[in-house]
Amino acid sequence: MLTSVDTKSRFSRRTLFKTLGLGGAAALMPARSRAAVLPDTGQEMATLLDLNKCIGCGACVDACRDVNASRYPEPKKPFPVMYPSRVKAEDFSDNRHVDNRLTPYNWLFIQSATAEGREVFIPRRCMHCQNPPCANLCPWGAAARQGSGTVAINTDICLGGAKCRDVCPWEIPQRQTGVGLYLDLAPSLGGNGVMFKCDRCSDRVANGKLPACIGACPNGVQEMGPRDVIVAKARDLAKATGGFLYGLEENGGTNTIYLSPVSFEKLNAALMEGKQSGKTGANTSERVEQQGPGRPHLARVADVMAGSNTLAWAVLLAPLAGVASAFLKGTRKLMNTSSPQPAVSDAAARKEERNA
Amino acid sequence: MPSLTLYRLVVAVLAVSGVAQMPIFKRYYIADIPGLGWTADFIFTHRLHYLAAAALLFWLARRIVLSGASSIGEGRLALLLALIATGVPRMLKNLPDVSFSPTATMLIDWTHLGAAMALGLTALAMVFKRHPHTSRR
Ligand code: SF4
Ligand code: SF4
Ligand code: SF4
Repeated sequence: MLTSVDTKSRFSRRTLFKTLGLGGAAALMPARSRAAVLPDTGQEMATLLDLNKCIGCGACVDACRDVNASRYPEPKKPFPVMYPSRVKAEDFSDNRHVDNRLTPYNWLFIQSATAEGREVFIPRRCMHCQNPPCANLCPWGAAARQGSGTVAINTDICLGGAKCRDVCPWEIPQRQTGVGLYLDLAPSLGGNGVMFKCDRCSDRVANGKLPACIGACPNGVQEMGPRDVIVAKARDLAKATGGFLYGLEENGGTNTIYLSPVSFEKLNAALMEGKQSGKTGANTSERVEQQGPGRPHLARVADVMAGSNTLAWAVLLAPLAGVASAFLKGTRKLMNTSSPQPAVSDAAARKEERNA
Repeated sequence: MPSLTLYRLVVAVLAVSGVAQMPIFKRYYIADIPGLGWTADFIFTHRLHYLAAAALLFWLARRIVLSGASSIGEGRLALLLALIATGVPRMLKNLPDVSFSPTATMLIDWTHLGAAMALGLTALAMVFKRHPHTSRR
């Protein structure tokens, strides 16, 4: 029965949530956080990136680096010795200039893929998934999806275990060792720094500004707005231009929609080719690998959280099932009153329970 | 299966799959032990945790109706309720349309962790307390 519940049925989920009275729980929270709780206003924001327009100039990357430089990690060296020895430090602090992949010091980079005889530039950063495994599965509450659709990591409390990167279909968050809360806890035994990624310029947006990369682009590649508006626009544009979309269904839906003149299967194949030729061949030695650590793929991605979300219904219905089964047992007992209970096993059961 | 055996089994699964949500089974070579590779699979253990949570809620509801809340023991019941009261919002937060503020998310995670640790320590204390008693028999 449970598998027939559509985990995408937004209406029923909302209704269920309200029925459970969590709206009431939200009211107990401080006023400042209350605004961010349960955004049923439909104001989830999404970004559309029209790759037809991107010339790969990198102005967006520079803007991101300028605006966020003050938030970059300043690790203490030497790093604490970590146990067991398989735990390796990840250190980009001497390579802050690297801007052709994601690093703790570079939250946006321009990927390029050649397909159908044309080079397509793809600005890459966190996709801001609608149901982000990075935030859902963070065991420490450091990563959270906000009502605006932005997924951000609280670098003040992140312990750098990198689980968010492990469960992210694009392995987006990047680790810097030697910074953060783990240094104050048990630096040798747990944690390994802090994870960094794009947070859609949360501070700027909170002050009514645009994310830096959007404002800096000379070609107006990016556009941000309520998700339904952006999705409608993306679909219209794709239809009108015969283009392709990425991000609508990926990982159950993201708030980053790419529109490309070339299919994403071909773009992804080109990225993978770049990956292989980047490693070997004399004439490609100049070439930067386009796919690998810090350089995400463009393959189709199934919804990572779908299985857990279906099981969530089982958890919510389990108490009802327990009550029902108890009543069923009661009814059966009533009907069987004529046949006496075997006294020995009953006593044994009671003994077992006493020993619990 | 006797009621309490089921309870212990479910709590054991909850404990292992819950601890597995922290990235430590791989770090500390436990996932390298043949047959224990799954302990490092975050998605699998997350589903397992939900399944065990469903089993616990089923057991608890059935037990309360059949034998009354007092049959569970005051202390154990309080700890279980704390676990559930923090676990349910933790789970609801993971649904696609639900967003709590970052502060609320953090508090929910920390209190759930705290409740689980309290239950774990209590269970451990009980084992130590019971052990001399059972060995005397
Ligand atoms: S792309 Fe990865 S890091 Fe970004 S929200 Fe999705 S799961 Fe999280
Ligand atoms: S939204 Fe802000 S943090 Fe994210 S890539 Fe753009 S400039 Fe960087
Ligand atoms: S600034 Fe605009 S055109 Fe230049 S690389 Fe970034 S998105 Fe492309």
